[in-house]
Formats: sequence, C-alpha cells, structure tokens
Amino acid sequence: MIEIKDLHKSYKMGSNSLHVLKGINFSVEEGELVAIMGSSGSGKSTLLNILGMLDNSDSGEYILDGVPIKNLNETKAAQYRNKFLGFVFQSFNLINYKSALENVALPLYYQKVGRKERLEKSLKYLDQVGLKEWAEHLPSELSGGQKQRVAIARAMAAEPKVLLADEPTGALDSKTSYEVMDLIQKINDQGNTILIVTHEPDIADMCKRIVHLKDGVIIEDKKIKQVRAEQYV
Amino acid sequence: MFDIERWQEIFDTIRKNKLRTFLTGLSVASGIFILVILLGFGQGLQNGIEQEFKQDAATSVWVWPGVTSKEYKGLNPGRRIQLTNDNYETSNVLLNDAIEYESARIFVGGITVNYGKEALVYSIQGVSSQFQFIENAKMVEGRFINYQDEIGTSKVAVVGRKIRTDVFNKVETPVGEFIEISGIPFKVIGVYSEYEDREEERIYIPISTAQKVFNGGNRVNNMSYTLPPMENFDEAVAQATKFKNELRSHLQQTLTIAPDDTGALEVWSAMEEAKRYYGLTGNIKLFFWFVGICTIIAGVVGVSNIMLIVVKERTKEIGIRKALGAKPWSIVGMILHEAVFVTAISGFTGLIFSMGILEILGPNIEVDYILNPSVNFKVAISTVLVLILAGAVAGFFPAWRAARIQTINALRDE
Repeated sequence: MIEIKDLHKSYKMGSNSLHVLKGINFSVEEGELVAIMGSSGSGKSTLLNILGMLDNSDSGEYILDGVPIKNLNETKAAQYRNKFLGFVFQSFNLINYKSALENVALPLYYQKVGRKERLEKSLKYLDQVGLKEWAEHLPSELSGGQKQRVAIARAMAAEPKVLLADEPTGALDSKTSYEVMDLIQKINDQGNTILIVTHEPDIADMCKRIVHLKDGVIIEDKKIKQVRAEQYV
Repeated sequence: MFDIERWQEIFDTIRKNKLRTFLTGLSVASGIFILVILLGFGQGLQNGIEQEFKQDAATSVWVWPGVTSKEYKGLNPGRRIQLTNDNYETSNVLLNDAIEYESARIFVGGITVNYGKEALVYSIQGVSSQFQFIENAKMVEGRFINYQDEIGTSKVAVVGRKIRTDVFNKVETPVGEFIEISGIPFKVIGVYSEYEDREEERIYIPISTAQKVFNGGNRVNNMSYTLPPMENFDEAVAQATKFKNELRSHLQQTLTIAPDDTGALEVWSAMEEAKRYYGLTGNIKLFFWFVGICTIIAGVVGVSNIMLIVVKERTKEIGIRKALGAKPWSIVGMILHEAVFVTAISGFTGLIFSMGILEILGPNIEVDYILNPSVNFKVAISTVLVLILAGAVAGFFPAWRAARIQTINALRDE
C-alpha cells in the first residue's frame, strides 16, 4: 500500500539546515495498523506529514497504492489526499463554526457528493463512532474524546485507502485515549490501513507493528501482538 | 458561480459568521452611502445655482448709471450720470444687430397709489413693451404693456401676482380694475408672475406715460437688453462680452466718462456672471467628486483590511479544508465568492438606502442654492461595481497566498 525509499527531508533554520529525515526505507501492507514511535524531534511527525502530502520531501521515492507520488503541486496533492487519505490530528482540527455532522460531511463536499447523500453518509459514520445524537452540536459543545471521534468519522467518511493519525490521543486522558484506540482498532478490523504517530508506549502496543524512529532514521521495525483496547474501556 | 453546493457552503459560512459579515457589509454600505449623498448634494448645488439664474433672461445686459470718480476732459469727478431717451435710442440704433429685446426703465417716485380707499406701497416703474421678456415675467392674467400703450401714453398698469393676492383679493380678477396713481386712474390690464415674491411687488406702466405724466422729462433710470440666443454657452458668453464692451464705450463717449471709470456707468451681463457661477459649480462638483473618491478609497481600504483579516483568521480552516482535499482554486473561489456576495449585497443596500433618502428628502429641501439633490444612477451603480471589484482584488491576494502555502503550515496557524 505504501512504499518509501531513501526519503530525505531537511528544514532551513536561518543559516543552518536541520536534517530531519535521513534516508527512510519503509513499506506498509494493506490492512496494517502501524505505530510510528520516537521521541520529540525524531522526525516521526514529519514522516507522517510527507506520507499525507501535507509537506514535501527533499528526495526519495514514495509510492501510494501503486501511484508514484512526485512532482506534487497543491492541486494534485489535494486530489490525492481527497482520494487516498484520511487524517486525524492531535488538535482535532474541526472547523469550529460547523456542526459535527457538517464537519464529517466536508471531505465528501470536496469529493463532489450531493448534499443529501453527503449528510446521510456522514450521519452513518457519526453513528459508527457513537455520536449520532451529537450531530447538530458545534465542536465547542463536545468533549475532547468526542471531538476526536468526530475527526475520525470525518477521516473515514471519505473512505480513504490509508488513515493517518498524528498523536490522536495526545490531547486526551487515558480512558478517552483507550476509547479512541478501540475505535481505531475496530476500523482496522474492517480492513483499513492505519498509521499512528505516538510517543506513548501503551498506545503503540495496541497496534500490530511498531516502527521506532530516532534522529531521522528507523532504528527498529517489529511486528507485535496487539493489545485490544476494549478491555480498558 | 452557479454551483448550488458552493452557494450553500457560502450561506452557511455567512450565517455562522454574522459579525464578520456585518462589519464587512457596513463599511461597504457606508462608503456607498456617503458617496451618493455627497454627489447628490453636489448636483443639488448646481441645480440651485442654475435656478437662481433663471430669474432673469440668461442673456440680459443691464446698464446702471452712477457717479464719476475720475476727472475727465475737464469735467470734475463726483458728477452724477443721468441717462436720457437719446442715449437709449442711439444705443439701440448703434447696436441694433446684436439686440433681441430692449427696454429703458424709469422709477417713478414721490407719488401715492390708491385702490379704492386703500393706499398701496408698491414701486411704480415705467418700462417699454419688451421689458417682459428681459425680466422673464410670465403673464398669468391679461396682457403686458404693448407698443400701442407706449406710443399712445396709455394709462394702463400691470401688477405682480403678489399684489393680486394682497390687494385684489375681493375681486375675481384685477384686470379691468382701476388704481389711482397720484389721483390719475390707471386701468389694470394684466398680472405677471416671477420666481421671487419681491419681484412681484411692482406695478409697471408704459415708460412714455411715466415720463410725461409724472414729470420724468426724457430721463431714464436704467437700460436693459437681451441678446439673441446662441448655440452654445461659450459663444453666448463671447457675444455678451462683446456687446457689453461696445455698449459701454459708446455710452462713455456720449456721456464723457473716463474709459476706466467703472463706478460711473455699470454695464452688467448676466451671461458673464453666469459663467463665473458655472465655473464655481464646476469646482464645487469637482470637490464633491474628490471627497467622494476619497470616501470610496477609504471604503476600498476598509474592505481590503477586512478581507486580509478574514483570510488570516481562516488560515487554519483553509489548512483543514486542504487536508480534506480542497484544491487551492476552490479555496480562492470560496473566499472571493463570499467577498463579492457580501460587498454586492451591502453595496446595493447602501445605494438603495441613500437614493431613497435623496428621493424622499431631496424635493423637500428648501435652502438657498440647493435644489432637488439627486444622483446619476449610472454613476452610483459604477461606484458599487468598483467597490465590489476592489473587494474581490483585495480578497484575492491574501486568499491566493493562503491557498498556496504548505498545508502543514496552514494547519499550524493559530
């Protein structure tokens, strides 16, 4: 599903440049649930942003679902994101003046799905994350865990090939974190490919594979036995 | 533009960001409002001044004698100039080609006027038959003095409309009534109307009668002329100036007045005066335009500012939308669509509101030199379009920049 080869990325900080990713080689199969771990500054978020086409790499190859991702301009990137990718962010990134339902419907708007169908579909996904009753509420009226579940519903509504989650539990307490992870596991059970960036070992243990990043290189890549989040909920 | 989904999205955004929309709209609407009101009053001022000049025939030229202030050909200064029939007639012959209407006038003083037992305190003026056209007096009843009256020294009088309402209010019409001037009965033959009340408080009698009956000799108090109409304003002014100069030099010669002694003989041309006022209204109009354009610029700057802030405020939202698959052009389109929609609605609101005020209040404004302020609809519409365009341009650049920046940077914006 995802294949990257020799990926490099550096940031210019004034006169010196900061080399963040120093040749990443890595691939993900369909249906995997991968945790990308590492301390802050290890380059894990940068890697995820490049995978999500939110940021450009300096060099290296990236193939997503058989499509080579290169020479991206913003228009093309937007197309790919809309077609292939769903995002879940640490800070939720919901549009604050839109209701939960409208937030979920937004990627469908950009897929040019009609209004009626859009709202029906969104309601279905909101139901899946257990927030059907909250459909008309604004993000400010929801708790952190609820907001993240809306964000997950939004990411899933577009039916992406890959779900990318950047510290999805970073702003949540541990009980809510496990609820969110439970939801992510269930989505994964349906066959969706999911990548999670996290620095919390307990969250990483709930995935099926852990990739360790340190100073811009992968130092460890192992498959693990998944801990189900259900038991903590 | 006719994408129904886009419209829904924009109405959503507007409905949920009422304050922002209101402030944008307010600055646009007030800009248009102020401009239209200003332009309206500029026009009103011009109308008002034009109105003032309609009182007398636009091409009239008047001659008033005065007192000499310069020694000339052995004659002392301080000499009072007296015009006579001779001056009047020779002038007429000399300048015959350039004259349309002519009239001498004499003010009859030291007399009493009675209507029945009522004493009247109106001025009596002896004029010739063509004076009606020079003064631009309209006959509302009867007729004006005619040539027959003049050569026959008829004892007839024409009264102003105000005199009719004040004095002849008990009879159906003053025409046919008799008034006594110094005991001599004069038959009222007509009623005239003028633009101003005070010009309707005169009684005109034939100049020949005034001179013979009231001991006027051959004296004339002033002379007045109108010139034939010309095709355009500039030609008319040139004609008036030429006529005025010729008339003045002729009279100065026959009356032995120094050529540069302006106080001794005043020749006044309405046309030249009008030109000065037209120039003035032109300048005033220019000034109003200047202020109006400054207002519009202020409006444009205001709209630009708001658009900048709106885009800045929405940077994160733009990032989110892009992460969800919005293309840069759809972002730019959305922001511009909203900006154009809001400026258009509020611009036209301001326009309708201000034009409504001008329409309702305009005709009721009674101030000197301001008459029926109104505004050219085309001009008003173009200003609205300019503001809309300005709003779109002002919104475009920040929107374009926001749409172009790396999505991740837009998302990080707080």
